[in-house]
Amino acid sequence: MSQPSISKSMTIGESGLALIFAATAFLCMVGAAKAVDAPFAFHASLAAAASVAAVFAILNRYFDRPAELPPQEINGRPNYNLGPIKFASVMAMFWGIAGFTVGLLIASQLAWPALNFDLPWTSFGRMRPLHTSAVIFAFGGNVLIASSFYVVQKTCRTRLAGDLAPWFVVLGYNFFIVIAGTGYLLGVTQSKEYAEPEWYSDLWLTIVWVTYLLVFLATIMKRKEPHIYVANWFYLAFIITIAVLHLGNNPALPVSVFGSKSYIVWGGVQDAMFQWWYGHNAVGFFLTAGFLALMYYFVPKRAERPVYSYRLSIVHFWALIFLYIWAGPHHLHYTALPDWAQTLGMTFSVMLWMPSWGGMINGLMTLSGAWDKLRTDPVLRMLVVSVAFYGMSTFEGPMMSVKVVNSLSHYTDWTIGHVHSGALGWVGFVSFGALYCLVPWLWNRKGLYSLKLVNWHFWTATLGIVLYISAMWVSGILQGLMWRSYTSLGFLEYSFIETVEAMHPFYIIRAAGGALFLIGSLIMAYNLWMTVRVGEAEVQAPIALQPAE
Amino acid sequence: MKAIITIQNIASDLVTTLWTPLFVAIFVGIVTYALWPRNKAAFDEAARMPLRED
Repeated sequence: MSQPSISKSMTIGESGLALIFAATAFLCMVGAAKAVDAPFAFHASLAAAASVAAVFAILNRYFDRPAELPPQEINGRPNYNLGPIKFASVMAMFWGIAGFTVGLLIASQLAWPALNFDLPWTSFGRMRPLHTSAVIFAFGGNVLIASSFYVVQKTCRTRLAGDLAPWFVVLGYNFFIVIAGTGYLLGVTQSKEYAEPEWYSDLWLTIVWVTYLLVFLATIMKRKEPHIYVANWFYLAFIITIAVLHLGNNPALPVSVFGSKSYIVWGGVQDAMFQWWYGHNAVGFFLTAGFLALMYYFVPKRAERPVYSYRLSIVHFWALIFLYIWAGPHHLHYTALPDWAQTLGMTFSVMLWMPSWGGMINGLMTLSGAWDKLRTDPVLRMLVVSVAFYGMSTFEGPMMSVKVVNSLSHYTDWTIGHVHSGALGWVGFVSFGALYCLVPWLWNRKGLYSLKLVNWHFWTATLGIVLYISAMWVSGILQGLMWRSYTSLGFLEYSFIETVEAMHPFYIIRAAGGALFLIGSLIMAYNLWMTVRVGEAEVQAPIALQPAE
Repeated sequence: MKAIITIQNIASDLVTTLWTPLFVAIFVGIVTYALWPRNKAAFDEAARMPLRED
């Protein structure tokens, strides 16, 4: 084949980004030198090192690549960009195991406080945000980024937009996780639940997230399919809303531009309202809309059945969008928040039950005509059970948002149980199911290394969840009832420490459930590792051979 | 506290009040679009999108 003689030169993106990173490296070194506190110096040094590494990576990639950028199509088929997806999938598995392990540790700390080790870095207060951020943003976030990049390419039949941008998104996002996580251990936090990272991590995440939005939008805009598939609507709602929530909840004034401490500009009850507008919509748009996108792609794909009702999926999407954004005030029942706002939050939470169950029915009924596959395919079983857990926790949530129920459940372990039935059952299982599908596709394997191991994962994790949530139900209701019981003379019947003592056995059961869930994820990691290492390669469908030139 | 009646206040009140019927109207429009009989064939086609292989 005659090589067209084009001279190799750097793209504007490559040279521009390399220059920006070189400048960033310099600025971060200045920041590290002038830092007013040790964690800031550490983070600035990390950022400087990462920026230098980024410059080298960009230059290396340039010297290694052919003169032309990868083609959009090969033999009339879209040339899908899978590299960043592979990276995010591996990171998802890594952060998942890390996050579950920290979860098991803090569950054990609650049962046996000596496991705090009397060290500041391993105290519950620092480990708890490490756990929540690791499982939600690191594990869940990487699953969402990986799957969204895969699904948008497949359903738009086009290569992912951008050359360096997709890599910038996955690497930049994981760097944010490292900064946030190490910050928690060192005591860097702005003390907003699920929004703990300090101002400089927030700024970095904004840049990464806007790039993510642009890559996703640009891919949709150059699609070869006329219709935008419903999963992409859910992904887009997730990306846009998270951007809005992040910007709304996090405006802060740093005490020094060379220090980690900052103060949020919102004050008092407005801050509380902003926080739970953010917090609940992180549940609504990160943990729900994003993972519903997974449901709408991976369930039909694995069941080999079309979506049960595409009409219902449209109504499901818009009803969810219109209702979710108002539900936040149910986190602030019986507080300084005005009563009408609490009632508004409660009412919208109860109404949310309709789109949630509409979505659940759509996911489950997609199996009509393929129910027998549940017997033979543990991956599909995992996906279906995740949808069932979605239905269960979206029934429990609206119920708990009703003020009288909330007066019993709030601040108790019942909330923790509710969150974990959604997080482990819905988000966890739908993510596991999606990764079990994705890994063979990405690494071009015929199938998974072992379906038997998937079965083992399924049952260990399911048993773990059942132990976890039932222990927390009992513990939470017991705790709530003990707090509100009075003697005939009007005194509180139990001291606080008595309620803590009563919860001890349930904390041990909960930790056991968490351990089972962690063991399941280790089985999964081994299975996926073996799939990549020794799995049988998929034979490519024959393509029309072209005569050699 | 009684608001002073100005054009701006009346306009702002009107906009605030109109959000609810506006959102309801948009939502009704979306549901009508989803259930419109002539769109059914296209939606049934879209429901198969994940199954197509290239």
